[in-house]
Amino acid sequence: MNDFSNRPHRPELAAALRDALRSLIAQLDGTQRYELRIALNAFDILEREAAGADAATDAERARLSALLGRHDTLAALRAELCARLRDGRQAPDDPALLATLRAGVLARLAFDQPDFKPLPHSGDRP
Amino acid sequence: MSAHDELATRLQAAWQRRHGVTVRIGALQALSAGASSNSFVFELEGPGRHERCILQQFGGGESFVSALGKSEQARAQQAAFLGGVCTPEVLLCVDADDGLVDGFVSRFVAGETLGKRIVGDARYGDARRALPRQCAQALAGIHALDAEALAFLPLRNADTQIAELAARHRHYGEPLPVFEAAFAWLAQHLPPTRRPVVIHGDFRTGNLLVDETGLAGVLDWELAHRGDAMEDLGWLCVRSWRFGRDELPVGGFGRRAELYEHYEQAAGTVVDAAAVRFWELLGTLKWGVICQWFAHRRLRGELTQLEPAVIGRRVSEVELQLLDLLEGRGP
Repeated sequence: MNDFSNRPHRPELAAALRDALRSLIAQLDGTQRYELRIALNAFDILEREAAGADAATDAERARLSALLGRHDTLAALRAELCARLRDGRQAPDDPALLATLRAGVLARLAFDQPDFKPLPHSGDRP
Repeated sequence: MSAHDELATRLQAAWQRRHGVTVRIGALQALSAGASSNSFVFELEGPGRHERCILQQFGGGESFVSALGKSEQARAQQAAFLGGVCTPEVLLCVDADDGLVDGFVSRFVAGETLGKRIVGDARYGDARRALPRQCAQALAGIHALDAEALAFLPLRNADTQIAELAARHRHYGEPLPVFEAAFAWLAQHLPPTRRPVVIHGDFRTGNLLVDETGLAGVLDWELAHRGDAMEDLGWLCVRSWRFGRDELPVGGFGRRAELYEHYEQAAGTVVDAAAVRFWELLGTLKWGVICQWFAHRRLRGELTQLEPAVIGRRVSEVELQLLDLLEGRGP
């Protein structure tokens, strides 16, 4: 991990901070407790993202490059895909598109809300 | 004189002025401060009556779509009440002429609105069995209201709503391919135009007051408008209002077939299941753009709390819901 810093390393310090905030929750009620829960949730998002953001960005760039057939920054690739969807060059129900988008969304959800899962197939179209 | 005493005194004067009735208002307490509404509960005593009431006043906050003013909201709610819809009766409207912020008083109805409890707590088991039928009947009642008499309600068809949402989304400068795919799909699958009817506009778990026997009152009429009846059915099925009961698409308590059958019986019209799915997808996308709206108001400094920032990170949840809908997944 980060051998430059002294112990506790980043994940260890993060865990200690999380423990401290959690123990505070028990002492609070009402609005303050609710707000601290939101803060803990935000902190967990940051920690998950710090651990995985670089790999997720590279993977998303690779997927969008493969779909669009060109290389560029992630922002430029996203903008290009949006433009194609708007002007009809890319069909919104194309299975290759949907598979590409799903992989990216699941990677983002792994940071934002790892417990939120896709629904199973039911067989009938929307 | 405290602010609450002052409010009670002005309410008493408004009752005298508008209804010619002398009442006494006591035990006034603040209930909640929402973005678009401040609420108070109080005891009303007058000739031959003693009852608990709710005052809702304009909260001054920005709302996502052009929400109704409080007096229009009250008119829509009272029209629904008089039309037999299960919703609290409106007793008094107040405004600047009364020295008060715009608002209205309605009868207090006891019950629970927290979605998680309604879909999960054992005490609401009987309520959950009754809710699909009761919601269908309430919706049929709303859709049967005289749309001409409520012509002040804005007409909001699918194409105008899609154009509004797209403009808002693109304005944020954060283009999302999943949202653009949803916009493109919606444009290709517009349902046939139906005769515009009165729409509640926010009929979902969280805005339904529920007691142990089921629906006790339909609340929050500020997004009422005229449009496609299927819009209300689709919005009720959006996954974000299922509060974890994903296998029960109708508000986290019912199955589609139950809602559709009871609605058809009560309304005497056929449910267009494809149109309901269309509106569910449009509703999901709307919730996603609302999440972006919260995030960008926080980023611009118009809001200062942490919560709107974190709501911005719920956009990924909405993206997954949209992809599930586009792929025909889910119950």
